[in-house]
Amino acid sequence: MAGLELLSDQGYRVDGRRAGELRKIQARMGVFAQADGSAYIEQGNTKALAVVYGPHEIRGSRARALPDRALVNCQYSSATFSTGERKRRPHGDRKSCEMGLQLRQTFEAAILTQLHPRSQIDIYVQVLQADGGTYAACVNAATLAVLDAGIPMRDFVCACSAGFVDGTALADLSHVEEAAGGPQLALALLPASGQIALLEMDARLHEDHLERVLEAAAQAARDVHTLLDLVVRQHVREASILLGD
Amino acid sequence: MLKSKTFLKKTRAGGVMKIVREHYLRDDIGCGAAGCTACGGAHEGPALEPQPQDPASSLCPQPHYLLPDTNVLLHQIDVLEDPAIRNVIVLQTVLQEVRNRSAPVYKRIRDVTNNQEKHFYTFTNEHHRETYVEQEQGENANDRNDRAIRVAAKWYNEHLKKMSADNQLQVIFITNDRKNKEKAVEEGIPAFTCEEYVKSLTANPELIDRLACLSEEGNEIESGKIIFSEHLPLSKLQQGIKSGTYLQGTFRASRENYLEATVWIHGDNEENKEIILQGLKHLNRAVHEDIVAVELLPKSQWVAPSSVVLHDEGQNEDDVEKEEEREQMSRRHLFTPADKRIPRIRIETRQASTLEGRRIIVAIDGWPRNSRYPNGHFVKNLGDVGEKETETEVLLLEHDVPHQPFSQAVLSFLPKMPWSITEKDMKNREDLRHLCICSVDPPGCTDIDDALHCRELENGNLEVGVHIADVSHFIRPGNALDQESARRGTTVYLCEKRIDMVPELLSSNLCSLKCDVDRLAFSCIWEMNHSAEILKTKFTKSVINSKASLTYAEAQLRIDSANMRDDITTSLRGLNKLAKILKKKRIEKGALTLSSPEVRFHMDSETHDPIDLQTKELRETNSMVEEFMLLANISVAKKIHEEFSEHALLRKHPAPPPSNYEILVKAAKSRNLEIKTDTAKSLAESLDRAESPTFPYLNTLLRILATRCMMQAVYFCSGMDNDFHHYGLASPIYTHFTSPIRRYADVIVHRLLAVAIGADCTYPELTDKHKLADICKNLNYRHKMAQYAQRASVAFHTQLFFKSKGIVSEEAYILFVRKNAIVVLIPKYGLEGTVFFEEKDKPNPRLIYDDEIPSLKIEDTVFHVFDKVKVKIMLDSSNLQHQKIRMSLVEPQIPGISIPPDNISNMNLNGPEKKKMKFEK
Repeated sequence: MAGLELLSDQGYRVDGRRAGELRKIQARMGVFAQADGSAYIEQGNTKALAVVYGPHEIRGSRARALPDRALVNCQYSSATFSTGERKRRPHGDRKSCEMGLQLRQTFEAAILTQLHPRSQIDIYVQVLQADGGTYAACVNAATLAVLDAGIPMRDFVCACSAGFVDGTALADLSHVEEAAGGPQLALALLPASGQIALLEMDARLHEDHLERVLEAAAQAARDVHTLLDLVVRQHVREASILLGD
Repeated sequence: MLKSKTFLKKTRAGGVMKIVREHYLRDDIGCGAAGCTACGGAHEGPALEPQPQDPASSLCPQPHYLLPDTNVLLHQIDVLEDPAIRNVIVLQTVLQEVRNRSAPVYKRIRDVTNNQEKHFYTFTNEHHRETYVEQEQGENANDRNDRAIRVAAKWYNEHLKKMSADNQLQVIFITNDRKNKEKAVEEGIPAFTCEEYVKSLTANPELIDRLACLSEEGNEIESGKIIFSEHLPLSKLQQGIKSGTYLQGTFRASRENYLEATVWIHGDNEENKEIILQGLKHLNRAVHEDIVAVELLPKSQWVAPSSVVLHDEGQNEDDVEKEEEREQMSRRHLFTPADKRIPRIRIETRQASTLEGRRIIVAIDGWPRNSRYPNGHFVKNLGDVGEKETETEVLLLEHDVPHQPFSQAVLSFLPKMPWSITEKDMKNREDLRHLCICSVDPPGCTDIDDALHCRELENGNLEVGVHIADVSHFIRPGNALDQESARRGTTVYLCEKRIDMVPELLSSNLCSLKCDVDRLAFSCIWEMNHSAEILKTKFTKSVINSKASLTYAEAQLRIDSANMRDDITTSLRGLNKLAKILKKKRIEKGALTLSSPEVRFHMDSETHDPIDLQTKELRETNSMVEEFMLLANISVAKKIHEEFSEHALLRKHPAPPPSNYEILVKAAKSRNLEIKTDTAKSLAESLDRAESPTFPYLNTLLRILATRCMMQAVYFCSGMDNDFHHYGLASPIYTHFTSPIRRYADVIVHRLLAVAIGADCTYPELTDKHKLADICKNLNYRHKMAQYAQRASVAFHTQLFFKSKGIVSEEAYILFVRKNAIVVLIPKYGLEGTVFFEEKDKPNPRLIYDDEIPSLKIEDTVFHVFDKVKVKIMLDSSNLQHQKIRMSLVEPQIPGISIPPDNISNMNLNGPEKKKMKFEK
């Protein structure tokens, strides 16, 4: 039998979305009181938690301190119960390390690190449930957490994935669409300036199509930004009411 | 606008896994009715008409839309495809079910949906907020889907009422499931069975014939005798196949014996096996090309294939049955398929009188256990038997050759006329318009895909160029034009007709390298020294301007005439000289020169009836063009394989297993000649030596026999195979590059080569070896079918020829000896036929067959392979459906068997010239 039809003739995807539509996004900031900043995000069935500490003094070896800017330390882990089959190791495997590295690159580009020389900023991200687009969810959660911690950033970092099926670019891939094996592109965007903090793609895609896929991902990232902006404003409004009283 | 809903979709056994998927319900899905204000602007693409002017139905006089369920779609697709049926709503639920159950029907329904005039609309009910239903506890998936369909039907009816108060528009639910229908009526949905509805269409009575008869009640034959045993359930079969008790394979009915069939077992690791089935009971209703499961009988009951020819025609009881049915109910008839491997089919029709003596298309619906024949329904009327158009149509259909005119979607991708070469086209292209290029083709050729040139360089070497039409410039990957040509795979040449692979604008105009116009080409240019050694090879896209379009004969004349000294002639002479050296080299390497009789018809220009037969003539120039095409193909094959080791499209010709040669060796032995078959080279050499001074035609006959021993050459993807050798050409690597107008393989090769030289960009499918392997599979199939169609067309025209010619006697040679017949070849017509020695109503002669030295002794005369005989040829039209050429023996005379020689036998024994091989290289 033929495989799953990822995009129907009528233009609907497996879960009923159209090509450029995001999954439902829900987010909250300030979920943990002890941490300097924290946030929780749900993008469809992908759920991620981010916690930020810092900026604080360098922990461990002093040699790691950078004279002109802050050190961004990112750790990624995904809960053992996050996938269909229970995972053995929550963190420390190669995939987690790579993801940590990517997050670090992303946030080094966004956080104004030169304001805090010789200090360290820790970002811990945990995926509670994985249903495609984990990188994007992690970046979006971490952005909110960094904002919550009050660390100055150039801009929001908004991330979204995009794929390419039957000549159409699909935004925000779910696990089913990722598993189908087509090309997948992850993009972290600074929406105000349109600068790209990170762009990653596995699988092959002809350069003729790249622009379209990139544009779909960028548009989706801008949509994410609109939503995150609302969340932040809502949070600030709530906080100011509490403070004001 | 998004409603999200998360739910457990399914659990899979075998390490139970919980799968959670999101399912979004939307409120922006339109109902599809044009001008519906409630969901205005929400629909695009094909839509339903606001006021359908449908054929009047007596059941439902007001305008209405149809909403069929899955089974109706699956089984009555023939009815739905009829232009009379329009404005149909196809639910997503239904479409998904169809997709899972039958890929061909799914494809057909998609085609119908894309046809604007049919007004089919696909409603995404599973994602609509108001029509989504959740599976209830204890409800199985089928029941849920049925319910979903009913909910959607109900929603539609309410929705349409909302459109405007006085709207009479209705949605009619069509289902053949009685329970489902009752439930629907209970819920207030107008529902009919397909049969009820179609019968109510008083304006289109012919539709009834196209209904598939599925309801068992109506069709039971009076004799309730059960002939066949029941088919096993699928689960049991799968179990059996897994455990090895049953074997899965393709059912192939025998052409010669209707009670016999073979099953090809296609195992992955083991060799392909063949299993023979005998007797109606064991065949158990399987039809040719079915996938079946078989269980082996105990060894004691194994049988050998009976080498008897048995046709269904002599069956008296069936004829009786046929007549009986006519009397009892004048609507039922037996349909006899043109292909003998398909059983007769019982059909129901009211137009019997108009259909008699016509070719029609019938679809099989089912085969009840108590019926000797399957049930079917009438689909299409093709025309009168024996009409040339009808017969051509039949043979195209029989060989599955796609021959419909190109659709609008396909034509929309053609370049706009008037066409000219633009700046953009010149990018990555070399201008070769100044070169003296010419093309050499058979007379009347309009799709010229190759042209040549040759000139001397300053350093004394020769530059030789092969220029191939740049079809891939016009056919861009992935569009409808590309898909259609990929599907067709090849242009099919029939005797008086050509079924193009690409639309005519391309094949005969823009791609055809006609003389004195600028054309885009893909050039392969070599620098050679005078002993034809390649010093440099260059590939480039180019623009050329051919200086002359010559026929083989014209080119030959130019080469031979002493006083022609122009550029074209010098170029041709140079090419010819090199070609001779190349050919010699190739033959030294062990390339085979085989032979098969080929004929060409001279057609009457007005009636298109064949008036004369001529065997094809071959000149030096034929082999000249061929030599350079081979060279180009080999050079390109090397290049693309170098560049794309995993996904180059190549062509190989496997070496035949030694057992294939048995017949050739035995036949040669009977003439005291030795044929060595251990390598291609030794075969070629021994064939060259095998000459008999008294029998000049023997060598050709041996070559014809050798051709029959060969394997079929095939396309393959280099990443999926490791044996690239082309046996016939003795080349380690080979591909097809030189005829992109008529072969799709060449288009792919062009694209690969263009990417390799950086002249074009790649696309994902090109570098996906599985997709490429699929393309190869289709191409191989299409090429095989095209060949069969060609042969069938020649056979049909031969019949027409002999019909006009009457009875003739001709000299023939025996090619094969069979148990009850000899197969002879008539060199004059290149015609092959069988002379039978056993006839039904005559006493059988004494036949002694010797397998060792293939010979057949009849009474006192012994027939050996290659014996010269004289036969009489006539057209046997006793069977309306299968007119055939019948041959009977004239000489040597055997009393009681041979026929006295004709007085007016026109003996013309100028043995035709030796012919060369033409198995697809």
